[in-house]
Amino acid sequence: MTYSLDFGWLAGATGAIARGAATTILLIAVTTLAGTLLSILGAAGRRNGPLLLKRAIGVYVEVIRNTPFLVQLFFIFFGLPSIGVRLDPVLAAMLAMTLNMAAYTIEIVGAGLDAVPPGQTEAAMALGLRPRQVFIKIVLPQALKVIYPALTSQIVIMMLESAVVSQIAVRELTYEADMLQARTFRAFETYFVVTVVYLILSIGLRRLLIGGGRRLLGAGVS
Amino acid sequence: MIEFTFWDILRNLLLAARWTVLLSLAAFVGGAVVGMIVLFFRIAKNKWARRFASGYIALFQGTPLLMQLFLMFFGLPMLGLRIEPWTAAVLGLTFFASAYLAEIWRGGVDALPRGQWDAGASLGLHYLQELRLIILPQAFSITRAPTVGFLVQLIKSTALTSIIGFEELVRTSNAINNATFEPFKVYGLVALIFFVMCFPLTQYARSLEQRAAAR
Repeated sequence: MTYSLDFGWLAGATGAIARGAATTILLIAVTTLAGTLLSILGAAGRRNGPLLLKRAIGVYVEVIRNTPFLVQLFFIFFGLPSIGVRLDPVLAAMLAMTLNMAAYTIEIVGAGLDAVPPGQTEAAMALGLRPRQVFIKIVLPQALKVIYPALTSQIVIMMLESAVVSQIAVRELTYEADMLQARTFRAFETYFVVTVVYLILSIGLRRLLIGGGRRLLGAGVS
Repeated sequence: MIEFTFWDILRNLLLAARWTVLLSLAAFVGGAVVGMIVLFFRIAKNKWARRFASGYIALFQGTPLLMQLFLMFFGLPMLGLRIEPWTAAVLGLTFFASAYLAEIWRGGVDALPRGQWDAGASLGLHYLQELRLIILPQAFSITRAPTVGFLVQLIKSTALTSIIGFEELVRTSNAINNATFEPFKVYGLVALIFFVMCFPLTQYARSLEQRAAAR
């Protein structure tokens, strides 16, 4: 008994795969923006905030980093409604992805902030800039430049982890694959094609981020 | 309808957690063995061997683990193997772990000064002896922290095997949740159990890192 591969279904499935890929891209775009913003706030708060805030951020980071993303997702989507917070699947997925990514990037951004020499802050203060201006205009750009490669990797990892949100019926790439294989009974071929799409997405995303980073943060970003 | 007390839920979850632990260990050991082979290719003198290993690593690091598990689950039966969720889960996670571990250890090998190889050669050791006696022990020793860190990632990754039907902690919790309708409590407990497994390892990795930095 031999199994022969059959990709005949592919012609009728490109639309579904493209739609799924678009949703995956949307998810990771929102997560990247919200997650980066949250991690900048978190890293700054962990360094300069009141003690209670510092502790809270520390606990948040440890809890997220030591539990699986899938469980966080289920907790947010299935668990929160029982205390009155009801989210639709896409919002729940975005929230879970953002909270998950920020826990990792808070540490990354923090390391970047620590890497900026204190002389930079002192010089900026001496020029009469207000503390907020010093942070946004002087310290943060330098920190982001240092940590950019690590940030890029984390975003790609998050994109790959987003496959899991198919489990709460977000119609992204993996969800479309599940639907296709249920219809065509060509499970291996379907997941093979979708895996290749993910591979292309992750290579493309990495290229895009490096190119965009060069333009945004100047030369020397890799 | 069956009534579940808090202790029933906790006991069932803890019983299921045994499978999570067992799967993590099996995948870690399997991943270490396969990872060693990939490492040999990755640092080989032959250009094509190196390329093959780089491609292997890029493939596993560039695709979702969930897809790898699906391909394992649906692909192996085509080779005529009778496959169950447990086999697919162990094999999938083993290959996944091997790519990451090989890359971590490769970093350790690269970090060693060139003189270590030269010194080994000048003592008359051949390639495999150099690796076994000089290079690998040092490479493992300096990559202990990221290796433990990866073990944490691997434990968390076992959650995904619930999706291909392996009865570990998360799949059991789904079943319990369907019977009790108490998702807040059930998933909260699951998160807590994972935290108890992972947090000590995270702390251990951190202390290894600090010790390495102090040296």
